Amino acid sequence: MKRKDIEYTTVSEVAGPLMIVEGVKDIAFNEVVKIKTSFGEERTGQILEAFEDKAVVQVFEGTRGLDTKNTSARFIGETMKLGVSKDMVGRVFDGTGNPLDNAPPIIPDERRDINGDPINPCAREYPREFIQTGISTIDGLNTLVRGQKLPIFSGSGLPHNELAAQVARQAKVLGKEEKFAVVFCAMGITSEEANLFIKDFENTGALERTVMFLNLADDPTIERIILPRMALTCAEYLAFDLDMHVLVVLTDMTNYAEALREIAAAREEVPGRRGYPGYMYTDLAMNYERAGRIKGKKGSITQIPMLTMPDDDITHPIPDLTGYITEGQIVLERGLHKKSIYPPIAVLPCLSRLMDRGIGKDKTREDHAGVSNQLYAAYAEGCDLRDLVAIVGEDALSDRDRKFLQFADEFEKRFVSQGPHEDRSIEQTLTISWELLSGLPVSELKKIDETYIKKYLPPVKEEK
Amino acid sequence: MSEIVGKIVRISGPVIEADDMRGSKMYDVVRVGDENLIGEIIRLNEDIATIQVYEDTNGLKPGEKVISTLEPLSVELGPGLITNIYDGIQRPLPAINKQTGDFIARGVEAHALDRKKKWHFKPTAKRGDKVKGCDIIGEVQESTIILHKIIVPPDVQGVLSSVGKEGDYTIEDDIAAVTTDKGNVKLKMLQRWPVRKARPVAEKYDPSLALITGQRVIDTFFPVAKGGTAAIPGGFGTGKTVMLHQLAKWSDAQIIVYVGCGERGNEMTDVLREFPVLEDPITHEPLMNRTVLIANTSNMPVAARDASVYTGITIAEYYRDMGYDVALMADSTSRWAEAMREISGRLEEMPGEEGYPAYLASRLAEFYERAGRVKLLGSKNKEGSVSVMGAVSPPGGDFSEPVAQNTLRIVKVFWALDADLADKRHFPSINWLKSYSLYLEEVSDWWEKTVGKDWLKLRNRAMALLQKESELQEIVKLVGPDALPPRERGLLESARMVRENYLQQSAFHEVDTYCPGKKQYEMLRLMLKFSDKIQEAVGKNVHIDDIISIKSRETLARTGTVPNEEFEKRFKSLEQEMENEINSLIKGRVK
Ligand SMILES: Nc1ncnc2c1ncn2[C@@H]1O[C@H](COP(=O)(O)OP(=O)(O)O)[C@@H](O)[C@H]1O
Ligand SMILES: [Mg+2]
Repeated sequence: MKRKDIEYTTVSEVAGPLMIVEGVKDIAFNEVVKIKTSFGEERTGQILEAFEDKAVVQVFEGTRGLDTKNTSARFIGETMKLGVSKDMVGRVFDGTGNPLDNAPPIIPDERRDINGDPINPCAREYPREFIQTGISTIDGLNTLVRGQKLPIFSGSGLPHNELAAQVARQAKVLGKEEKFAVVFCAMGITSEEANLFIKDFENTGALERTVMFLNLADDPTIERIILPRMALTCAEYLAFDLDMHVLVVLTDMTNYAEALREIAAAREEVPGRRGYPGYMYTDLAMNYERAGRIKGKKGSITQIPMLTMPDDDITHPIPDLTGYITEGQIVLERGLHKKSIYPPIAVLPCLSRLMDRGIGKDKTREDHAGVSNQLYAAYAEGCDLRDLVAIVGEDALSDRDRKFLQFADEFEKRFVSQGPHEDRSIEQTLTISWELLSGLPVSELKKIDETYIKKYLPPVKEEK
Repeated sequence: MSEIVGKIVRISGPVIEADDMRGSKMYDVVRVGDENLIGEIIRLNEDIATIQVYEDTNGLKPGEKVISTLEPLSVELGPGLITNIYDGIQRPLPAINKQTGDFIARGVEAHALDRKKKWHFKPTAKRGDKVKGCDIIGEVQESTIILHKIIVPPDVQGVLSSVGKEGDYTIEDDIAAVTTDKGNVKLKMLQRWPVRKARPVAEKYDPSLALITGQRVIDTFFPVAKGGTAAIPGGFGTGKTVMLHQLAKWSDAQIIVYVGCGERGNEMTDVLREFPVLEDPITHEPLMNRTVLIANTSNMPVAARDASVYTGITIAEYYRDMGYDVALMADSTSRWAEAMREISGRLEEMPGEEGYPAYLASRLAEFYERAGRVKLLGSKNKEGSVSVMGAVSPPGGDFSEPVAQNTLRIVKVFWALDADLADKRHFPSINWLKSYSLYLEEVSDWWEKTVGKDWLKLRNRAMALLQKESELQEIVKLVGPDALPPRERGLLESARMVRENYLQQSAFHEVDTYCPGKKQYEMLRLMLKFSDKIQEAVGKNVHIDDIISIKSRETLARTGTVPNEEFEKRFKSLEQEMENEINSLIKGRVK
């Protein structure tokens, strides 16, 4: 009998998401395990810890119904792989990579280890191609570029799905028509939330350019650990073998992290901060770092992971570790949402680390960097003054300060706020910016080069 | 000793256990499994060795063999290091790229230093010379700016029995021989050194020369000395990496070792892209020609993170031993500490604070101890230095956590990054009230001798002004700015000038990215003069709003971006203009 045909019925322990099989031979670390329950149902697992004669297995579809008597395990002789093919585009898959739509199974061009290998830093191309999302707070202040990983930090009940859908709908690289695809990876979101995306993709015709990996709220939680790895393996194939520009939406990374924590707790590992495993940083990085560009390759992987910050707390380990890995973050804020501002993007804590090299002359516009810095500085000052006014009243302010205060309000109303279907060009975004800046004394525009002030500042409005 | 071959009995992520390993030594390097993965022994218990594996262990099987190399983890030292980029265990990434393509595969073998390349060796010692460790026996032009000194290994002492003639040699060719009490030792340009062992020095001095970095807030307010240690803790997005890149670009060290430890792949790509085209302001040569890069990005195997830091510091010490001033940047030491924590967790060691192993503090201390300005071994009483600057990434940006706290107990300079400042795009977001440098007195000598006699006085005045501002801000919060007396409002305006236009400095502005010492001094002098003139004017009842609308105030605010070749001339006329403008306000008042 071949090794991979041996059925072990030596399950000695089942605990949480884990199962221990004794008396095994010749197994490999991270090898895939096929499990059969006493009712003949098949499940998949993976070896977390390998001994000469024992395996600790994490079971993806849950351990309910497993027993130590009749459950059997078969070790298939390879680590987790995904069959990839160009035909995946337009299809829907479940948490273990099987088709969920009623179409026939994929005939893979190749089977790839879902863990991937790290991109050699020497082989990376630095991302610098401006993606216009049509959203002022992103394009103007936190520019997204091709190959970037830029997450959305949200809170429960905030419109992050609408925002992500809008980005996916409007994102384009100016002056280019190129092969693109969307890889949508849903971890533990509700079917309603998933439908929002599916409808939107349908309406824009993007659905046939989309690969979906779905693990919804009522699907097995442990599957969420392999889901983004499958999605990214697919994305890498599309991007670096088939030359496509791939936008990967990962939602919700909070559910992913919870699954990680569940495994760690079941293994009684020494927990890191707030019960999350100490290796969560590295684990997240193994996913997020799979974004990027490669020298000599046409395609790219741009990632938009989404996560809900537990308790709106940005210092919670999930957003915190994410922010330490990704190339910036877009942060949503409940306060703005309550003021009916859409998108409720809290500009100050947002960041795009790749912006500086993706904007400017020949990319967006020569004045972009200065304008962005100036908007930030002025808005921050306005916000500080708001706090001050709350205590001392507006009368205690100087003329200059009053202008900054007014600027902050206008900025939120005209710049931050826009419609969910409003697609602003970068020119429009910059025009609004200059109009807003013209409300401040020119001598305060120190972040902008004087030549650009001369060129772009609209004539001063007469004071009322 | 006979070969030690054991077999794997347990695999748990990057940590494995192997049986039949009796006779191995702690920290010996082993080859693991059929793919010959590289690992290091981190615990011995009778026949069982616990091993951290520097490569991905997916698919590895219990039962596969483990072979001890009987050697500790070591780096290769010799010409060819400069301009190269290595992974955590010193495998050259460009060579790996050629071998296995865009993605890093497992089990690749590549020498750190090119075995075939010939270097032009010029002897500087001769037969019969008495030599000790670190004595120079010859030179090789390694890059346009770096003269690689071929030194006697630290543990060799004796009489040169032969020295190769000037000519082209590979690093494995014999270039000299030394007769020692233990016999004849052949020397090659290629040497090895175990990474976890500090290279010995004759004596440690106190650092006293400033490391000029061209960053105003650092050089003027919180300077670091050559051979000093500094930590830059901050939450994500506060500017750790940009600052370390700035230091790597503009510091006046002769050699830069940059260790990317558990951080982003693109950040290393950025260095690889920029450094070859940026010019060193002193030598006018590409910055890459003095730089060695070590990259263990966050998605590379976690065990090699630990190694990357040691690989970096050993290379730094090697160049120090040639008499160079070396600066090492480690981004981020927290990732290294986390790697320690992960491995320690897998060893089921008793966890200390927040799960970190109890030896966290001593490991950090040992690492920073390898920095310093030193008297080299050798017979010539030469000096060299290694400065170390480490980023710390505290969870949630809260500095009270173990890595930040243990680091601050050791280092002499603390650049406290501040998320509020970063949110406002005040960069570098170094908080001037929380940061400190214990080298201030030491380095002021250099400044006063070369730049301006009253440097320390100016610096302290500016600091006092900023301190005063923060006190006044507290009052403003209660009563509003208008309620302050004119003198105080004047102070606020002066402080604003320093804060917004001196402390802030854009890393991405062509000119402002590097501010020479003299320009720093002149800028500060002008800003403090502005402050004095404000006080003089308000004393004569000039209204503060009139003062701050003068034209030269705006020009003063933009001094950072005045080209470095023009600043002396332009600053002179600015000073004149400022005086004239304010004087005429005063006159207007007096009339
Ligand atoms: N000195 C600086 N000048 C201009 N921008 C800066 C400076 N320092 C940081 N930044 C901005 O802050 C962002 C984050 O900085 P980075 O060094 O990557 O943060 P960290 O390493 O602390 O996460 C950068 O992408 C850049 O936009
Ligand atoms: Mg960083």
